[in-house]
Amino acid sequence: MSIEVLKRGLLTTVQDMGRTGYGKYGVSTSGAMDGYAYKLANWLVGNSGSEAVLELTWSGFSLRFLQDSLVSITGADLSPECGGLTVPMWRPVLFREGSELAFRRPVSGSRSYLAISGGIDVPVVMGSKSTYIRAGIGGLNGRALESGDILHAGKSGRTAEFSSACQQKDAPFQAVRWSAAPRRPYIQANQIVRVTHGRQFADFRSESIDQFYQGVYTVKPESDRMGFRLSGPTLALEAPKEYISEGVVSGTVQVPADGQPIILMADRQTLGGYPKIAQVATVDLPRIAQLAPGGSLRFLEITPSESEMLYMQQVQAMRALQCMINCKLKEGFHDED
Amino acid sequence: MTQLIVEPMGDSALLIQFGANVNEAVHAAVQAAASCLERQAFEGFLECVPSFTTLTVYYDLEKLKRSAEHTSAFEFVRCRVEELLKDSGAMPADSRQIIEIPVCYGGEHGPDLSYVAEINGLSEEEVIRIHTGQDFLVYALGFAPGFPYLGGVPERISAPRKATPRLHIPAGSVGIAGTQTGIYPLETPGGWQIIGRTPLALFRPGDQPPVLVQSGQMIRFKAIRTADYERLGGGCR
Repeated sequence: MSIEVLKRGLLTTVQDMGRTGYGKYGVSTSGAMDGYAYKLANWLVGNSGSEAVLELTWSGFSLRFLQDSLVSITGADLSPECGGLTVPMWRPVLFREGSELAFRRPVSGSRSYLAISGGIDVPVVMGSKSTYIRAGIGGLNGRALESGDILHAGKSGRTAEFSSACQQKDAPFQAVRWSAAPRRPYIQANQIVRVTHGRQFADFRSESIDQFYQGVYTVKPESDRMGFRLSGPTLALEAPKEYISEGVVSGTVQVPADGQPIILMADRQTLGGYPKIAQVATVDLPRIAQLAPGGSLRFLEITPSESEMLYMQQVQAMRALQCMINCKLKEGFHDED
Repeated sequence: MTQLIVEPMGDSALLIQFGANVNEAVHAAVQAAASCLERQAFEGFLECVPSFTTLTVYYDLEKLKRSAEHTSAFEFVRCRVEELLKDSGAMPADSRQIIEIPVCYGGEHGPDLSYVAEINGLSEEEVIRIHTGQDFLVYALGFAPGFPYLGGVPERISAPRKATPRLHIPAGSVGIAGTQTGIYPLETPGGWQIIGRTPLALFRPGDQPPVLVQSGQMIRFKAIRTADYERLGGGCR
């Protein structure tokens, strides 16, 4: 199965779970920014949770399916359309050969994930297919997709099953009626983000700590896959201090000299030398990934054990969801009439 | 070994601090700990990233084999790590490998060499002689893939960062910032004073390891002429 990129969009890259084990060489983790939508996109087309998918940003991307393809779209609603019809999200959709899928405009969220049954087939670089543009590695030739690019997907038995069961022979696509959309939508323009203390939390002035939790922070336009730059109450240290750079993680909230926090994301540098006021709970990283410039967030303090518990609860909920998706996939289109 | 400071970095990583100041002894302890954890990885261990005085350990919460006695995953990993590091000691200094880096100093490849010479009251040749006259320890890789932070630059050739960083520093550029020196593996923005350029590729995505120099190794700079720089493959990137 292959697809052809018709319009590149703002930023479209191939991403998977990211690179592990190369941080010591200064290589970023990369990978899908919204790990939740990423995993679901894969499961919905019968992939394991670690295949490469497309991460679409904001708007303008369109593609043509060169063969029948089993696809799912999750994450941000960027108004996917095909043949003049809205394509439903969070479910398997069979696109017929030659049909064109376009993402018209953002309705909610910033990043959409498009998975194809079999996974996007690009070379593995340092254990991952994720695009890391800054170093020019991974994905398609280490860069964002361009108009005219052809991408191939791995072999998939599911596509053939759905293809032969497809009843609407003349329609450009057919979707199942069920969906795995989250019951409580996590994509919003204003977010509550749960955090634990950062390493240098105690070095900040107590007024700054209060403002950090009480204030509203807005996402600046220069935010990207490296980090989300925020504007809001200025945060100050008790006394100016130089810090020695140390290994940081996704969700580290660091505060440079101007007092405006930055949340480090997937393409972050491996080491950071700014004081760290907080650390975002891993389960809330997708909420940040889906914020658009101008969107806002407030920080809510939780304990480290709560952060761990939230993570484990989500793992369990996702395992159950994966089982349900697998059962429904076996039915294909057969329960549809 | 002195008492380690172990602190959580969110719910999926922890950080071990080996000392308060940057020096070779602390660095050797960090290196030894990193190699010890990599050799005896526990289930759920993902990777560790060494820096000047600290080691950050990343783990997969889902895969940790925890027993009931540990109240949290952090406590569990902290115990595992402390147990593993009990006898890790320090990396012996004589095991350090020396990597020679040819550098074409000054001119178009090192636009700030004259500035570094001037503020230190030296000639350009003297700066080059001092920069090539000693070995530098690679304290950490960071900033960009394969970027080595080298410490111990003599005060005689130290220089402040540029007030306004350059938008494009060519790959291979050798810079000085304070008493640190480093090499830019990729074309990036940067604020270090650029004194020369090496034709060697520091980031090698197809190789294992994907970098020319690693933390804990030593670098020795060697001055080369423009003709040698071009012969070694420089300038055609």
